[in-house]
Formats: sequence, C-alpha cells, structure tokens
Amino acid sequence: MTKVNVENDHGQHWDVVVSPDQPWWNIDFKEIWQYRDLLLLLVRRDLLAIYKQTVLGPLWQLVQPLLTSLMFAFVFGMMGRMAAEGIPPTLFYMAAVVPWIFFANVLNKTSTTLVANANLMTKVYFPRLIAPLATTLSTAVSSLIQLALFFIIALGYRLFAGYAWTLDSSILMLPILLLILVGLGFGLGVMVSAMTTRFRDLAFLVSFGVQLLMYMSPVIFPLEKVDQGSKLRMVLELNPMTPVIEGFRAVLIGSYMEWTTLFYSFGWMVGVILLGLAMFRRVERTYVDVV
Amino acid sequence: MSELAIRVEDVHKRYRLGTIGSGLIADEVKAIYARLTGRSDPRLTVDQEKDLQRQGMDFWSLRGVSFDVKKGEILGVIGHNGAGKSTLLKLLSRITLPTKGTIRMTGKVSSLLEVGTGFHPELTGKENIYLNGSIMGMRRAEITARLDEIIEFSGIEHHIDTPIKRYSSGMKVRLGFAVAAHMEPDILILDEVLAVGDSAFQKKCLGKMQEVSSKEGRTVIFVSHNLSAVKTLCARAVLLDHGQVTYTGDTSDTIEYYLKANNAALSNVRTFGDDLDREEFKLEEISFKSVGGTVDELLDEYHTIEIHLKIHMKRNGNRSRVNFAMLDDHGVVLFVFSSARGDVHMHDGLNHLVCTLPEGFMNIGTYFLSMYLLQDEKTLLHHEPNIASLQIHEGEREVGKWMGRELGFIKPRFDWRNGSV
Repeated sequence: MTKVNVENDHGQHWDVVVSPDQPWWNIDFKEIWQYRDLLLLLVRRDLLAIYKQTVLGPLWQLVQPLLTSLMFAFVFGMMGRMAAEGIPPTLFYMAAVVPWIFFANVLNKTSTTLVANANLMTKVYFPRLIAPLATTLSTAVSSLIQLALFFIIALGYRLFAGYAWTLDSSILMLPILLLILVGLGFGLGVMVSAMTTRFRDLAFLVSFGVQLLMYMSPVIFPLEKVDQGSKLRMVLELNPMTPVIEGFRAVLIGSYMEWTTLFYSFGWMVGVILLGLAMFRRVERTYVDVV
Repeated sequence: MSELAIRVEDVHKRYRLGTIGSGLIADEVKAIYARLTGRSDPRLTVDQEKDLQRQGMDFWSLRGVSFDVKKGEILGVIGHNGAGKSTLLKLLSRITLPTKGTIRMTGKVSSLLEVGTGFHPELTGKENIYLNGSIMGMRRAEITARLDEIIEFSGIEHHIDTPIKRYSSGMKVRLGFAVAAHMEPDILILDEVLAVGDSAFQKKCLGKMQEVSSKEGRTVIFVSHNLSAVKTLCARAVLLDHGQVTYTGDTSDTIEYYLKANNAALSNVRTFGDDLDREEFKLEEISFKSVGGTVDELLDEYHTIEIHLKIHMKRNGNRSRVNFAMLDDHGVVLFVFSSARGDVHMHDGLNHLVCTLPEGFMNIGTYFLSMYLLQDEKTLLHHEPNIASLQIHEGEREVGKWMGRELGFIKPRFDWRNGSV
C-alpha cells in the first residue's frame, strides 16, 4: 500500500504499487505527511463535534479531572490520610489524576479507532495510521488544557491559600514525561485496536483494565508511602506508568523522584510502540474484509 | 505504445468462508486448541465441515485478473452480481490488498465508492466540504481554492453554514457530489454512485465526468450495472465473470458479448417454475412462435411473431396490465408496447396473453424483452429485465436480391402511394 517508484521493462514509471507482500516496518511516513491536512481536520472534527449543542462546550474538558481530583482528595485525603504531608490534597491528586486521565483517554480512544472508523475505511483509502494519530492528537489537546487548569489552581493556592507553590528546573522534564505518556497510550492503544478487529470483547476488557492499572500506580498515594519489599511495592515498580506519574508529581508539586527510573518507562514505550505498529500494520491491510 | 496509467497483473483475492471468527476470544481459543489436538473445529457443524472438506474453506472472488488502462482512457467494468466487480473496485481503491498479484498505478489515485464519505452530522456544510474533501485525498489549499465552485455546484448556498444533520438526504448527496466533482486526481475509480440524486443533477455529474476525462486527460475506471451509462461514458470495457476477465474490447462489443453469454440457452420458450412466485402473481411461461408454427421452429424476418405470456394473477387481476420493452443487444430500448393498448383485460387466475407483432416486423438480430407488470396504470408491481431473448434469423431470400442485413431493427410496412397518377 505504499508508494514506491518502480520502473518496469518498458521504462514505465509507477507511483502506486498495490501488492500483498509489504513488510510492516515499511511505513510510508512521506505519505502520512502528505495527508497531514486530513490529520488536522480529523483532530478538529473530534474537538468540535463533541461539544456542539452543549452549554459549557469545551469547558467540559475541565470538569472531569477537577471532579475526580476533588473526589480523591475527599475520599483518600481527608479520610485515609494518604496524601503527602504539607501538600494540599487537591493539588496532590490533581498532579497525578491529570496525567493519568491523559494516558487513559489516549489508550481507550485509540483502542477503538479501527472498528470505530470502519465505515470510513471500507469506502476510501488513506494511510490507516492517520486515524489513531488523529485520536491521539485530539486527546492530547484536551489533556493539555487540563494541565493548564492545574497551573491555574496551583497559582490560586499560592495567592489565596498561602501555600508556597513553586516550580523548579525539573519543569524541563515535562516534555519528556508527556512524550512517554502519549507514547505508552498510543502504542498500547494501537495494539488493542489491531486486536479488537477480531475480538470485540477486548474493548470492554481494556476500559476495565485501565481502571485496574490506576490502582497499581501511585495515583492515589505516593510511592514513598509504600513499604520497600512489600508485594504492592513490587507491582508498582513493575508498572511502567509508575515513574511517569511520580515524575509528574515531582515536576508539578516538587515531590521526590528517582529520575533514572524513567528509562524503564522509556524502554517500555519504545517496545510497545514497535509491537503496536507491527500488529496494526498487519491488520490494517485487510481488516475491512472481516470487520 | 502509449503511456499506461494502470496495470493490473494476475490479481487474486481470497475471502475466507465460515472461519471468520465469532468475535469471542473463548471461541478462538477453543478452535486453536482443537487444531493443536487434531480434532475438528468446534465452531463448525458437522455438515459445514463436510462442505468445507469438499470444496475448501476459501472463496476466490478474483482469479487471475489482468488488464491495462491507458492514460486518459475511460474504462468500464461490467459483469453480473458476484462476478468480482466490487472486489476489483476495492483493490483498485486500495481499501484492501490482493491475496496475490499486483496493481500498479501512476499519478494520484482517488476513488468514489460513496458520496459524502465521512460527513459528520454535527458539522456545517462548509466544514464537511473540508472534511470530505481531505478524506478523498484533497489538500486543504485545493479545497479552499475551489470552495466557491463547490458550493455553487451543490446548489445549497443558503444552508452552507447549517449543520448537515438538518439537511435532507438529497442535499447531502448533492454536497457530496459537488466535492467529488471537484477532485482532480490523475486516476479516478468510480462506483455506480451515479445511481443516486435527481436526474438533472445526474446529468450535471455525467457531463462533469466526461469533461474531466476528455479535456484534462484523466483516467477513469467506471464500474457499473448500468449498461447504457457504461456505453455513454466508456470507449472500452472489461467483462468480469466469476472472478475472471472473459472479454475486453470496445464497449459495444463487450456489452454484446455479455448479453449473449447471459442468454446462452437461446430458446423460444422460457418457463419459470417457482422462480417468480410473488404475492400478487406467479409468472408461468413466456414463449415466441410464428402464427401457425410451433415454439420449436426458428423465427425469421418474414414471420408474423406471437408473444405468449402465461401469468397467474393472485389478486387485482382486472386492475393489472403488462408492458414489454424491446431492447437491442446493447441494452438500448427500441420501443415499448402495452397490453392496455389492445383492448385486453386480465383477470384473477391464469391469463394467457397473446401479442401479435405485424408480419415481418422485426429485422434480423438478437433482441431482449423486459417485462413490467403495472397496476392501475401507475404502480409498478414488478420489473423483470431480460425476461426472454428473441432471436430473429435470416429468412430465405429470392436469388438475385441483396443478401445482407437491412439497416435498423424494425421493418414497419407503412401505406405508400404515388400522388402524381
């Protein structure tokens, strides 16, 4: 399905060659670049279409993390005293909930792209990777707005509640953290989307699995509160999302972080993306025959 | 050798029958376990399994299709249902890949299998022009450059900023077509989408298509059931039958071959059995013979031909009538004749209608009858295209007379006189 320039015996030049044997790693990035307008329009569609005929419009983006954080702050912070000392519980939870929702949304939404866009893909050709890329980008845009909300609330705490919130040089890690977060979500999502073309049950499993995974990462409690050597600690350390969430806390509320653990997450991200792309490429060529 | 735009080489496409998963992991695991332990697939019934052992699990929709298309050519692809037209279309459009073989194309390829692909109901007409256009492979700048033209072509200027969920279905089609008509690919793969839309709009689209390919040298592949559309648009056509190319040539030759192959068993009698047993009627038999002759005799250009139709009306027989259209072997309607014009009425029960054509009316050739059953002069109960073929052979001619076929399809005998006595 890639565009290759081939000369035949008559010197005829071909731009498009459709044949069954094309290796998965032969991803035509040039073609994806040519379709960048479509990518942007699909992102725009996703962002615009959801909030037509709503009163608050895109403001709804902000409600989800805010309410989740407040809920966690109430349930775990006030009652269970899980939050770190000296940090307002709302900020403490938001610093982890915002990136977690980011990850969960990217994963959940990309995992349904092939099935959800089947009506498009059975009618017209475009590089299939455009679909999960567009979903990832549109989710990223709304998640960045949520991140901005965090800064506004933190600033509010500093100005009106007398809490000395500051940022330090660790903010430079933010782009890397975001990259790993999006990469993990995209890679896993693409992997699942390839599998859901055959097994629809996976779609249900994934949204449940993501919730479960949240409790296996330090979203509702700081890692340092978990005893070294305990089983929970082991599970947490195996979870590639743990360093990412801890990293966000370190950047946003200045908690302690062992930055080298981020290499572990990065390794996972690379592996997950490669495997995800391989599976996606294998399925994308002919999945419309069985979907 | 003029330059090629498309080369299709030995293309095969296999679809799996029966084994397409139920979509449940548990079933799939059972199947894999069964395969490993050498037992039969639990998802299949015993009968299905026997079938599969006999005929294999696969259905080959295309079996070794090859053809070339020259640059600037409009090629028609015809064939009956299940011949592999849609599969070929999907492969050319790159929606799915062939199982074997290669398709090579040069230039920018766009396909139009549906109008308004990707329209989002919540977005406005204008937003959807951009969305649909870029899904069809247009660049944003290209769409902007032609936006006014597209809106004008669609004829819905006033509603262009309204969400299209408020559009009528006709308006959506027009908008989709307007975008499609302004695509500028080097190769356009076109399905029978022209079948929708009102006729004025259809004419506009056909005109646009012809203009595009003739003036601007684009290559078009047009896949259709509609023989007269293929004939109007395409100079050359490919005939598909059971996944193979059985004929390639001038459109009219290909269509002729197709119609003749479809009516291989040329006989003057066709009985329907239970094929056309409907709620209102049951068609029993149609036959041709000459006056005083039998159905076994060949008909020639001098005969007075009778058309016999046996039809059992189950209700409203007295309100029904039969129309026939006589078509030539290119599918062009020559004339239409109706039982309402003779003073004949049908009744419930078995009707045996006899229509007599004037003596020596039909010229030599192969003709096709298409039947329309109407009620109350307005409702179409049934249309049976190609109900029968009529073969008119050469009659014996006197020695010394011209032996060729006269021009035209009919030889009506009008009244003549010489006014200057």
